[in-house]
Amino acid sequence: MGTRSTLREPPLVKALLMAAAFAYIALMLLLPLWAVMSEAFRAGAKAWAAAVSEPDARAAIKLTVLVAAIAVPLNTIFGVAAAWAISKFQFGGKAVLIAFIELPFSVSPVVSGLVWVLLFGAQGWFGTWLIDRDIQIIFALPGLVLATVFVTFPFVARQLIPLMTAQGRADEEAALTLGASGWQTFWHVTLPNIRFGLLYGVLLCNARAMGEFGAVSVVSGHIRGETNTMPLHVEVLYNEYNFVAAFAVASLLTLLALVTLALKSALEWRYRAALAART
Amino acid sequence: MSIHIEGVSKTFSDYPALNGVSLEIGNGEFVALLGPSGSGKTTLLRIIAGLETPEAGCVRFGNRDVTKSSAASRGIGFVFQHYALFGHMTVADNIAFGLTVMPRRSRPKGGEIKRRVTQLLELVQLPGLGDRYPSQLSGGQRQRVALARALARDPKILLLDEPFGALDAKVRRELRGALRTIHEELELTSVFVTHDHEEAFTLADRVALLNEGRIEQFAPPEEIEARPESDFVRTFLS
Repeated sequence: MGTRSTLREPPLVKALLMAAAFAYIALMLLLPLWAVMSEAFRAGAKAWAAAVSEPDARAAIKLTVLVAAIAVPLNTIFGVAAAWAISKFQFGGKAVLIAFIELPFSVSPVVSGLVWVLLFGAQGWFGTWLIDRDIQIIFALPGLVLATVFVTFPFVARQLIPLMTAQGRADEEAALTLGASGWQTFWHVTLPNIRFGLLYGVLLCNARAMGEFGAVSVVSGHIRGETNTMPLHVEVLYNEYNFVAAFAVASLLTLLALVTLALKSALEWRYRAALAART
Repeated sequence: MSIHIEGVSKTFSDYPALNGVSLEIGNGEFVALLGPSGSGKTTLLRIIAGLETPEAGCVRFGNRDVTKSSAASRGIGFVFQHYALFGHMTVADNIAFGLTVMPRRSRPKGGEIKRRVTQLLELVQLPGLGDRYPSQLSGGQRQRVALARALARDPKILLLDEPFGALDAKVRRELRGALRTIHEELELTSVFVTHDHEEAFTLADRVALLNEGRIEQFAPPEEIEARPESDFVRTFLS
């Protein structure tokens, strides 16, 4: 043994470990991916195109995009504001705030949906008040947005807090001593410093917002063509034994995941270059 | 411009960082704030800059009370230990930053800003490097850019927080010389923080020696060496 490093494993062990890792990835990740795609196109490209363009599917796609288009900007603004406050200022209760930001990650999606039913549903706390005024939140777009915002709440903030904490306050202080206003400092100094991290967070937030099933399922009411998002539409089709259509819509969601993955990898690559350039 | 500091106190969570500090810095003086870490020298500099607010006391520039003014409105130049250059901007854009964020009414025109940047690059002996990014410069060059950037709006007061702290000995000496020349040339009032007494004594007209949030002695270097006023001063210098 002598000079051999403790980290050097015998070649056989190394090969076995790598084979196990690749086999696991193939079995758990690549096989399902392949299954979704092959099922989606089993009846041919025409059937796939018909399935994703029939009215209910189009309504589901539109609704999914709309919900994400509202929820993602909201959580982006909140995430940047929270990360800025946490990383650049000293105040009491910071640890509590960070813990609360992470809460949606540890709460079951069913609960994330049920809280809104409890608050705004017909039997909920504000139920009668809302019914009197003819405002519908549950089984309608506002409920879907609320549930999605809750579930995707941490993505942007969590991405930015460690980044902004590591960057410290010196750049902002420099801008201030040079006569910049708070807004100018944010726009010209803070935002460029966090742009890649922010894009990365927004991307993950969007992927989750479009793909969320559990919480959205509770508040949706499953009204075809009206309150079904893409993941819910997939389930409805599947339960009706309409496998080709179900997998066709599922393949769109899978595509979203693949695009997200590609963009994420590209960003990581850019991001690393930007971080290296800072030092 | 002269700087008057009267009875300034500041506490961080539980320990006092500054304990009723008063200091009179004359127009055109070059002053060093010297002391061990935790003596309050950086806090005092940041209070002069407006980056920290004192709990008691006041700060005046000439006749103007700036205690309540923001850092942005004090008209100072500030140089940070680790440069704090904006990594996504070129050297020229970094230097021009103070001018480009001015309100449209008072902001110089594009050509004028360009001329000013060229002039500042020459002042800090980095002509022609305007198109580089900070990451492409050495430590000494970065600190020169930071200095040029701090001078862009023509401040009367220049504040420097351990400006040579991150540099090696040779670059340090060169930069010291450059700083002293610029100080004379622009008729600045300069205050810099250091924990290196040799640096303070070679560069400054007067040295303020701080210990545990108080000023132990404020005098020209020769006088401090000849007549140290306390045991702390004697031990710190030996």
